[in-house]
Amino acid sequence: MPGEHSSKQYDMDLETIRSKVLLMGGLVESQFQDAVSCFRTGNIAQAEQVIKADENVNNLEVSLDDTCSHLIVKRQPAANDLRTVMATIKVITDLERIGDESTKIARAAKSITERGVTTINHYETIRVMAASAGDMLHDALDAFARLDGKQAIELIAQDEIVDHEFRSVMRTLITFMMEDPRTISGALDTLWVAKAIERIGDHVKNIAEYVVYIVEGKDIRHTDYAASQREDRTTN
Amino acid sequence: MTTQTSVDMTNKKTLEIKNLNFFYGAFQGLKNINLDINDKKVTAFIGPSGCGKSTLLRTFNRMYDLYPGQRAEGKIIYHGKNILEPGQDVNMLRAKVGMVFQKPTPFPMSVYDNIAFGVRLYENLPKGEMDERVEWALNKAALWTEVKDKLNKSGLSLSGGQQQRLCIARGVAVKPDVLLLDEPTSALDPISTAKIEELISELKGDYTIAIVTHNMQQAARCSDYTAYMYLGELVEFGETDQIFMNPNKKDTQDYITGRFG
Repeated sequence: MPGEHSSKQYDMDLETIRSKVLLMGGLVESQFQDAVSCFRTGNIAQAEQVIKADENVNNLEVSLDDTCSHLIVKRQPAANDLRTVMATIKVITDLERIGDESTKIARAAKSITERGVTTINHYETIRVMAASAGDMLHDALDAFARLDGKQAIELIAQDEIVDHEFRSVMRTLITFMMEDPRTISGALDTLWVAKAIERIGDHVKNIAEYVVYIVEGKDIRHTDYAASQREDRTTN
Repeated sequence: MTTQTSVDMTNKKTLEIKNLNFFYGAFQGLKNINLDINDKKVTAFIGPSGCGKSTLLRTFNRMYDLYPGQRAEGKIIYHGKNILEPGQDVNMLRAKVGMVFQKPTPFPMSVYDNIAFGVRLYENLPKGEMDERVEWALNKAALWTEVKDKLNKSGLSLSGGQQQRLCIARGVAVKPDVLLLDEPTSALDPISTAKIEELISELKGDYTIAIVTHNMQQAARCSDYTAYMYLGELVEFGETDQIFMNPNKKDTQDYITGRFG
């Protein structure tokens, strides 16, 4: 946060919002890591924990929305403060959705393990994709914490990598299903997991776009601004 | 052709301020101000106390002339003429560039005469036309329905908000081009403030308005352009939306977000 307000309380209010977002981000990040981990190990207890942890994330979303509304009514923020508050309201929606997608992965892990559908190595199929999405999520929270617009622009490109990996996972699963119909049930569950990870990549991209909005004041959603910025940097 | 006209309309300037410097004796109150006041738009001036907002406003109708030792250098072009030239008819200028002050300043006379007084200085209207002009001005200032039954009562008997609208009606009655409002709502309650703001948005259809305000939200709500001033200098001037969402200068951002000083 650049500089201090004449009102110390205003600074504290903004800092409270910021640290709550980072807390929520931390929860969501470990929710995702745990979901992927139980998909790998088949640990049902861990899967249930992931599903339960979603409540905390949801509560934080509601509480942050409330804090932001109060800040708007009390302080009438302008310029970068207003952008921070508006972006925060959007970022926490994306974080909450990432939490939802993580519970989907945990549910799939539970379902596959309970039904004993282990004809293929489901985890291996999505391993690379999950690692990419996990790194992206970590970097997005980092960019938000440090208000690093450059890092955010880099991240936006990485979503394409996750999308590409999703298509590759889908082709692999189709091959499995065509070769041996007994794999269909487990392959479909794995496909839902891959789809959830792909969606997480999209949400992370949104968060990165909001970081650019806070830092540069430019709304780059649905534009190719990030691509043009990267091109500029490579040519210079 | 139509497009050309509309572009010209949007960029039409009422006042062009060029290299304006202003002195209170030895103290320089304004430093090399360059700015255009656009026609039929509201331009807001914001900045901390003593930054020169009111000083700048007072140069637009040479209000400073009333005080010895105050002088302006540079140019303010209005209708192709530099109004700072000694030959300028100051009374005609003030009829065309009206001013409303922070505290309501009704004359100690009836509501009717408060409006008619200014008109009589410039025009010799028969009674019927004068009645029409008074009603027209009070209507413009959104005050007619409230005072139509007490036109003969003293202007001082009205509430603060009504007095301020009376002053705006008085300014409007002489049919000026420009209205200068120097913190017009700082002494008013929120309802009267809302009425004045509503009035500003209606008046800008007919007049060019320049407003000095300490209320940042007011500037954001009612103006089309905003100028941020500090220590006698114009720091940033731009469209109000841009100034309040994403100002170019860090100083402007610090001021409007409350990080100043």
